[in-house]
Amino acid sequence: MTEHDITLTVNGVEHDLTVEARTLLVHALRDELGYTGTNVGCESSICGACTVRMDGEAVKSCTALAVQADGAEIRTVEDLGTRHDFHPIQEGFQEEHGLQCGYCTPGMMMTALDILEENPDPTREEIREGLEGNLCRCTGYQNIVNAVQNAAEEMQPAAVADGGGTEGSGVTDDDPTPATDGGEGL
Amino acid sequence: MTVDSLDPGDVDAADILGSAIERREDPALLTGNAEYTDDIQMDGMLHMAVVRSQYGHANILDVDTSEAEAMDGVHGVYTYEDLTSDETPGGGSFALPTAWLLDSLKQVPHQLLATDKVRHQGDGIAVVVAEDRYTARDAAGAVDVEYERLDAVVHPSEAFADDAEQIHDDAEGNVAFDWEIGDAEKTADAFADASHTASIDLENQLLIANAMEPRAAVADYNPGTDELDVAMTTQNPHVHRLLMAGVLGHPEHKLSVRAPDVGGGFGSKIHHYADEALVAWCSMMHEAPVKWVATRSETYLTDAPGRGHETKAEIAMDDDGNIVGLRVDTMANLGAYLSTFAPSVPTYLYGTLLSGQYDIPAIYGHVKGAFTNIPPVDAYRGAGRPEASFLVERLIHLGAKEMGMDPVAFRKQNFVPDDAFPYETQVAVVYDSGEYEKPMDEALEMLDYESFRERQEQARDEGRYIGVGFSCYIEACGLAPSELAGQLGAQAGLWESSLVRMHPSGTVTAYCGTSGHGQGHGTTYAQIVANELGVPYDDVEVVEGDTDEIPQGMGTYGSRSAAVGGSSLVKSAQKVVEKGKEIAAHQLEADPDDIEFENGEYSVAGAPDRSMSMADVAGAAYLAHDIPDEMEPGLEATSFYDPENFVFPFGTHAAIVEVDPDSGEIEIERYVAVDDVGNQINPKIVEGQIHGGVAQGVGQALYEGAEYDDNATLLTGSMQDYAVPKAEHIPEMETESTITPSPHNPLGVKGVGEAGTIAAPQAIVNAVADALEPFGVDHIDMPMDAESVWNAVQANATADGGEQPGDESGTAPETAADDGGDR
Repeated sequence: MTEHDITLTVNGVEHDLTVEARTLLVHALRDELGYTGTNVGCESSICGACTVRMDGEAVKSCTALAVQADGAEIRTVEDLGTRHDFHPIQEGFQEEHGLQCGYCTPGMMMTALDILEENPDPTREEIREGLEGNLCRCTGYQNIVNAVQNAAEEMQPAAVADGGGTEGSGVTDDDPTPATDGGEGL
Repeated sequence: MTVDSLDPGDVDAADILGSAIERREDPALLTGNAEYTDDIQMDGMLHMAVVRSQYGHANILDVDTSEAEAMDGVHGVYTYEDLTSDETPGGGSFALPTAWLLDSLKQVPHQLLATDKVRHQGDGIAVVVAEDRYTARDAAGAVDVEYERLDAVVHPSEAFADDAEQIHDDAEGNVAFDWEIGDAEKTADAFADASHTASIDLENQLLIANAMEPRAAVADYNPGTDELDVAMTTQNPHVHRLLMAGVLGHPEHKLSVRAPDVGGGFGSKIHHYADEALVAWCSMMHEAPVKWVATRSETYLTDAPGRGHETKAEIAMDDDGNIVGLRVDTMANLGAYLSTFAPSVPTYLYGTLLSGQYDIPAIYGHVKGAFTNIPPVDAYRGAGRPEASFLVERLIHLGAKEMGMDPVAFRKQNFVPDDAFPYETQVAVVYDSGEYEKPMDEALEMLDYESFRERQEQARDEGRYIGVGFSCYIEACGLAPSELAGQLGAQAGLWESSLVRMHPSGTVTAYCGTSGHGQGHGTTYAQIVANELGVPYDDVEVVEGDTDEIPQGMGTYGSRSAAVGGSSLVKSAQKVVEKGKEIAAHQLEADPDDIEFENGEYSVAGAPDRSMSMADVAGAAYLAHDIPDEMEPGLEATSFYDPENFVFPFGTHAAIVEVDPDSGEIEIERYVAVDDVGNQINPKIVEGQIHGGVAQGVGQALYEGAEYDDNATLLTGSMQDYAVPKAEHIPEMETESTITPSPHNPLGVKGVGEAGTIAAPQAIVNAVADALEPFGVDHIDMPMDAESVWNAVQANATADGGEQPGDESGTAPETAADDGGDR
């Protein structure tokens, strides 16, 4: 198996690593670099549990190869905010009870960032459409929609452009053209 | 109504029980700090992969592991013979046990790995241990298995056919059991005397759990101490420890099972699967940590699916519309082997709820369990209760129609009346408490039912078809008591254990044998304990899910945690309060009978200034300088709480749908849920549980179903093919509740985890049948995809010369999806 030396900047920290050509981005992040906040749900781009931001766009890291991310800026849930300084999206999920088992939640929140950057004041229907690439089996989605609405209100008007709350060091989330479909694999 | 969550700091201590405080579990889950099983990394850790059968039914002619063994990074490849060799660890059964036995049950061997025959696609044949997960999977793919394919059976009715392929040599006719409940003769008489009957022939389709986190286990054997630690995706660590000890032949006291954060279970993580025992065996074999994580494809092939009924049933009424009898004949799919609790699901968890919310004087249920070539079927999200409630509520819909009565009036006339509780049904259970009209009336008001029929008429005049469907469900939760469970066949008690420990500084750690996986037990249990002890909510820590920390336990499933685990915590806390009373009396120089305890304060009756706080008493208990003679120092208590009976939540769910007969598409216009789950510890969590359950019920009604071809090959083997509902598929849910406390436990709680799942499917199917009444459509099997709806409309239009759909072209709609695909 061919090996490749790559550089990933994750949450502002640059990492040099050697991966096989077939190593998935999510396994590089989780197993090689220890960013286990990103979860693997389906390994087929459907469920969205593994959604991370890559160069400002939501990407399903279970179907992206690590070598494709060489040189990219990756942002994971670990960079959103801390328990003492929640990002508005985390705050929304907490206040609206937008999670139960929490497994889909990191991916949901990374997609929610995308949705709100594209459209800072989405309708409930627009949020539901925006979440179509992220599955949840616990909540019935209603409180997730509430959580994204809650975050939208909190982030308006100025907070949206810089991603709001705790900013990832060196990562910009102000790309005006993020994926609107909840992100696809590369 | 939406319940707003509250910051615990904003809630008065006296109101902590019953307040919608936000969950303390969330910060770890929201920041990526949660620890799921696959997050665990250990030095020197190896990875296991399982070689699985490609075919649903085949003889194994040869297994060649040589190529896999020769691969770089591969540490071992093992078949069943290797497990049981004298050279390898253990000495257990190396077969998975069945933990619920019925009198007529045909027990069949279920080895950890198949030897001469595979009986379902995904059946394990060999395991590989390698340096990393990629190599392990490569090597699993390199194991060469030579098969001789056999005919396969998928559905119970095929399994019972005269010429059906035999799946187990000693289970003749593929019959796993033949079981009945109720009174056949009395019911036959009732039908003979009845003036009206209605019948149904239905399939309650197989569902796949699809917990977002796939099953996983990390085992770590310590050769120095002979201790084996397993972290795994489990809903019931103590039960897994007990079962695994027998399977591996490893002493139970040297085996620990821990549930880290668990990403959903829905029943699929109750049962003991071969993979968990195998990864533990591999760890012993290699004296190294070994991890196994299922791929999503593996979860589709091996997680126990639920439901899988083929049923004929009928209901009988007298001239006045009183129900006089109910008769049910079900063939239940058990799959290739008997999973852990499988025999209980289509029998005692199903047959005992056939009375629904209704006063039915004669009931008879007959269930035949079938071995087939699909994965072993077991408890899934509601487990037997959804199948019963669906059946009863579909029959009620048809019974009302037969009588020419409004479905609401028919239900109200036949409800168990408020003054009849405790109510003993004809199917062996006693309902604890209920006021069945209350949630029904609330739902009717929310729906504006009075004007609905008028609106329906107008719509029909315009060529639009709207319908309303009701579901007046009942559920049995908190399975109990242990003696009864034993009589019914359980090979386990159904109590729950807890420990409440005061620390010298006055803070508290509460341990419980349940094992939450998204239900928010850390929050609700802290509310319970803080309330009992009168200490600040933030001073209570809750520990679950670790056999090393918690004395004993039975786990979380069947909506038992609040009713049984929560009640156990109440009992333990009360013991702490009682011991504290003696210490306070001693220190305050009063008689213990004169000590009052309120809001965390012990005081002498009539002399409120002579008082001590719970924290002071805890300090005194550990200081032990001045406690009663012969009293042991310390302040903690354990209880094993055995409930006196089940609890029976109930409610009314209702859906209004619009059906387009030309395309077969269904749109849910409104969904209303009024649930009575007894007292609510945390209304926000209750609401969230209802939402999630309803979403699953909508999924079953409209989207989900496991489909196999004639060779028992799974056609819906990925999320691309099996339609887990997305956000845009689930309607906005309007929820309300009524409160009828259960008299059977100290909290007055019932159970909520599965309520929505149980209630929702029939609300939607009844609504679609109501909408399509002009077309003579009485029933459509789930999932009601556009094709099946369109076909039902067409079939009846053709057969009856009834109302024709607007589109007369007779072509199938484009949205038809026969692959169970993404609708």
